[in-house]
Amino acid sequence: MTLIQTSGLTLRHDGQTVLRNVNFTLRPGEIVTIVGPNGSGKSSLLRALIGALKPAAGKITRKPDLRIGYVPQKLQIDGTLPLTVRRFVNLPRRRPAEAIQAALTTAGVPELAERQMVDLSGGQFQRVLLARALLEKPDLLILDEATQGLDQPGSAAFYRQIETVRQDFGCAVLMVSHDLHVVMAASDRVLCLNGHVCCEGTPETVADAPEYRALFGTGTQGALALYRHDHDHHHHHHSDACEGHQRETENA
Amino acid sequence: MLDDFILRAALAGLGVALAAAPLGCFVIWRRMAYFGDATSHAALLGVALALATDLPITAGVLLVALVMALVISTLSGRNVSADALLGVMAHAALALGLVAVSLLPGQRVDLSSYLFGEILAVTRTDLVVIWGGAVAVGLLLAWRWSALLAATLNPDLAQASGGNPKREQLILTLALAIMVAVAIKVVGALLIAAMLIIPAATARPFARTPETMALWAMGLGALAALGGLMASLEFDTPTGPSIVSVAAALFALSSAISVALPAMRRRG
Repeated sequence: MTLIQTSGLTLRHDGQTVLRNVNFTLRPGEIVTIVGPNGSGKSSLLRALIGALKPAAGKITRKPDLRIGYVPQKLQIDGTLPLTVRRFVNLPRRRPAEAIQAALTTAGVPELAERQMVDLSGGQFQRVLLARALLEKPDLLILDEATQGLDQPGSAAFYRQIETVRQDFGCAVLMVSHDLHVVMAASDRVLCLNGHVCCEGTPETVADAPEYRALFGTGTQGALALYRHDHDHHHHHHSDACEGHQRETENA
Repeated sequence: MLDDFILRAALAGLGVALAAAPLGCFVIWRRMAYFGDATSHAALLGVALALATDLPITAGVLLVALVMALVISTLSGRNVSADALLGVMAHAALALGLVAVSLLPGQRVDLSSYLFGEILAVTRTDLVVIWGGAVAVGLLLAWRWSALLAATLNPDLAQASGGNPKREQLILTLALAIMVAVAIKVVGALLIAAMLIIPAATARPFARTPETMALWAMGLGALAALGGLMASLEFDTPTGPSIVSVAAALFALSSAISVALPAMRRRG
């Protein structure tokens, strides 16, 4: 059973092709991270998966009644809009008070319900966005650079929270991130984009892939080794690590 | 008792103020102030159309305001510099409307009644139209309230939750066109946008949630409508501009309060 699947997906934005021929499958409970340089089509792929961007070609198949919890890259609240945390997490549907308190607690901000959204710190704001997404009871949690603006310890803490959420809720997680070190360590699978899928597989596979190194250099390897000593047996696969490699690593 | 023109004026003013207030909240939350300007200025073109074709004024204005609002929301969705575009459309619509009305053959049109409204000449039929429109706007907003709020905060977030931000945008556009069509008699094409924006902006410092802000805006808008009507009778000033002047005075007061008591701004 898959949650969401794309075949031959091509996306255009402002008349330009930003992503072509993506074949991608997401299964329940996986944590998958999308990496890639700016303009590589990461956010466009997420927007297509949530239905905000229509495919220019190819198709997207969702599990019937797929529930998505979406944490956007940024959410600017106009200063003229008064909004408490409690009201915000009730959008677009009203939730029971106990469910709200539980979600805020899970997201690590149990005490913020009556605060104004514009008064929150960056880390608190992201956790409130996470709490709102959790109230959707998601099969799939989608995070678009959710730790932008957080410092390194802040994002590390946020990703630990995501992993806890995955364990507790059993939802799949799909995220875009620039925090290569932390994210790659916390992912089951990494999808590297650069206008197309340039490589895909476990974090080790991707970090060793020549396509990935061409984009990001070799800087992340040391950090990966620190976080994951236990998967270094994949390293010798790097010569053919690109599209198609994913199936190989699944079997491994 | 509806024979009393002052009572009819008061009811007309209240109807417009109560419906414009929550709609105006969305106009400022979504930064659509110019959008409101352009749509309401287009009302004059609607007047010209109605006079030329013997349509009722309200129908002509509704039609043109709707077309204008749809054109703007389509254009501004395409990353044309929206601010400049809306500025151009707002003033072009007004100028074209003035020219079109003056070109109508054999018409002696009292332009100022369309520009500034003639609330003291509101008939019982007008009242039915105004309250009908006001109730329609109120029902549209109440029906879509949470979906509109979600789409206002972030369209992608609304979409991911199963919403349709484009449909919400259309609903706001429709509500705005109805509002313009029923408000032109009361405050006139030039000042409709003021009734949308000023009470909502005045309400901001007193509210902690979107709903309380809308309620405050309704109260403040009603106060401005009644206060402006009384002031215009007392000082023999034009009523539409008097209503907007009272609204502006309330805004100044509210701003002063929120500066004097900074704690009120966010804690209410």
